[in-house]
Amino acid sequence: MNEIAIRTRDLVKIFKTRRGAINAVNGVTLQVQRGQTYGLIGPDGAGKTTTTRVILGLLRRTGGESSVLGYDSMKDTYAIRERVGYIAQQFALPGDLTVMENMRFFADIHQVDEETQRHRIPELLEFAGLSRFTKRLAGKLSGGMKKKLALACSLIHGPDVVMLDEPTLGVDPVSRREFWDLLGELRTEKGLTIFVCTPYMDEAERCNLIGLMYEGQLVAHDSPEKIKRLVPGQLLEFTPSHFAPAKERLAELEGVLEIQTYGRMIHVFVDHAARRQAEIIRALGDQGITCEGMREIEPRMEEAFISLIRKQQERARAASETAAARSPS
Amino acid sequence: MAFSRQRFRALIRKEFIQLLRDWRTLLSILLIPIVEMFLLAYAVNLTIDHIPMVVADLSQDDQSRALIHALVISGYFDVLQYVDSETEVIHAIDQGQARAGLVIPPGFATGVARGDAQALMMLDGSDSFTLQSGYGAALAIAQARSTELAMEKVSRSGITALGELPIFTSLRILYNPNMDGMVFMVPATAAMLLQVMTMGMTAMSVVREQEMGTLEQLLVTPARPMELILGKLVPNILVAAVDMVMVVLFGVYWFGVPFQGNPWLLGILSLLFIISGLGQGLLASSIAHTQREAGQMIAVLMMLANLLTGFIYPRTAAPLWVQLIGDLIPLTYFLRIIRGIFTKGIGVYFIWQDIAVLLLYSVVVMVLAAKSFKTRLD
Repeated sequence: MNEIAIRTRDLVKIFKTRRGAINAVNGVTLQVQRGQTYGLIGPDGAGKTTTTRVILGLLRRTGGESSVLGYDSMKDTYAIRERVGYIAQQFALPGDLTVMENMRFFADIHQVDEETQRHRIPELLEFAGLSRFTKRLAGKLSGGMKKKLALACSLIHGPDVVMLDEPTLGVDPVSRREFWDLLGELRTEKGLTIFVCTPYMDEAERCNLIGLMYEGQLVAHDSPEKIKRLVPGQLLEFTPSHFAPAKERLAELEGVLEIQTYGRMIHVFVDHAARRQAEIIRALGDQGITCEGMREIEPRMEEAFISLIRKQQERARAASETAAARSPS
Repeated sequence: MAFSRQRFRALIRKEFIQLLRDWRTLLSILLIPIVEMFLLAYAVNLTIDHIPMVVADLSQDDQSRALIHALVISGYFDVLQYVDSETEVIHAIDQGQARAGLVIPPGFATGVARGDAQALMMLDGSDSFTLQSGYGAALAIAQARSTELAMEKVSRSGITALGELPIFTSLRILYNPNMDGMVFMVPATAAMLLQVMTMGMTAMSVVREQEMGTLEQLLVTPARPMELILGKLVPNILVAAVDMVMVVLFGVYWFGVPFQGNPWLLGILSLLFIISGLGQGLLASSIAHTQREAGQMIAVLMMLANLLTGFIYPRTAAPLWVQLIGDLIPLTYFLRIIRGIFTKGIGVYFIWQDIAVLLLYSVVVMVLAAKSFKTRLD
């Protein structure tokens, strides 16, 4: 049995528009083992959806390789479709069909036989917490329930892999948690491979493996712990009494690696937390700025994410500057 | 080809559920044709009669009154008002009160006796239908009146050999003896309807799924393109067929338009036409990105079909290049077929060329549609 569920190598997708070519996916190489939960994270427009669609064969590949369960995305499209469940970003089930009609429809489309349907549909409805709503029109469900129905429909044929494109977009926090609990159950009980695109950092932390995507490229591809460790230094958090001058002064201080804002709080990466904490309090205190609640915290996905993207931006800027300096004009 | 009956059935069932659930659209699909027929029957009349006319009879003698009487009794003109001068006649037409004006100069009867009487007929040229009808009618009536007067004169002068006119033209109108506009319009309405409905319904329903994203969710299932296409088409074929039958029944039983030909032949050929329309719809959906764009394409097609296919205006009057554009619209062929079968009661023998073109058209358009049906999102 093939142990690799999803694989891409140097995947490229270029959209040709009237205004020129857009390099939506630019050389993405990733690998997901069976049973893993993979989170493709990145800001809007990073190329997450395009990557997912190319892997599924919904979009034509411009270059590179991509496959699911060993089946090529372009050549063995139907073999993939029979073994993969997919939830599109937009709610895309027919809204004028009831919950039950939707389940039946997708079961038939996947050629699930009557016998199996008879026990699997109630099971999935129970699992998704929709048993009481079988007669309700899908379009009339709440945001969270829509996503649960989409999940139930995508599981109807007993797929080995599910690919979810921002499944909790526009869903309230409680429903989001419930949805992820469902995914957790699927992983532990059925050993399902889950591939999920999300802009939410807390969701990323629930994955075994993360691909951090930015402007069509994978900036990092590792476990959440290792990605967090990619950011050098230690992290201090505090609330300054005067925000703007505090930020300015901090940037001048020795040992300060990076400053991020977090609401009214400042997150500052330093080379040595214990030593720099006192220095910062003193330096800001000299300017009459007090530092409330200064403490060392563990860097979270969010800080790592911002830091890694900033570095990527700096690299890109430096590269374009050297290119500009080299060019004769 | 991995065609699955289970998938096909599921797709058709889905379409039907959606169709029946969206009862407003369904109702309008079924009712609009009937409403359109009623409008065409009672509001839009292509033969214009009872044209309101203003008369300035400056002669006021037997002969002038006889001419006015002849115009009125023909049924084409109604005297709205008598005025005293040509200026007033023109004024009435300017104001839009009257569409025609008659000025009879003084001494009309003397003129008639002398053989050089003149009367001035004025017609509102801003309305071409009135103009055509009025012009024809006025000319014919005046001529008839002249002939009558000439004959009277001849017989009074004692020459009996010329008692009859040398040529007597007898006119027989085939298929539509009463010149009833409905006989012309009912088959055409049925045809037009099928053209617009089939194309419109298909284009709209595919583009709607594209817009809602449900097409993406369908494309990611193992459903094959042929199943998706047929799943869309079969329910639409049924709806269009129901519509067609309704229009024909209304035409025959309500408006009393006689159905002369073989209904089964018309049924089979209608199916062919429906298929060509659905193919056009699929093609349109692969070009249009939004329902609005699809709607605009349908509107353009409708306009062209209205003007160029012989729906109302005869094609033979148009220049060749305009006729060629009309040739690209399948309605052109189907109009001849349906009028042929419905009104003239003719068989395949007389319309086989149109049938052949329609058949070719259906095949080509379906193959193109199937080829351009997107199996991916880009």
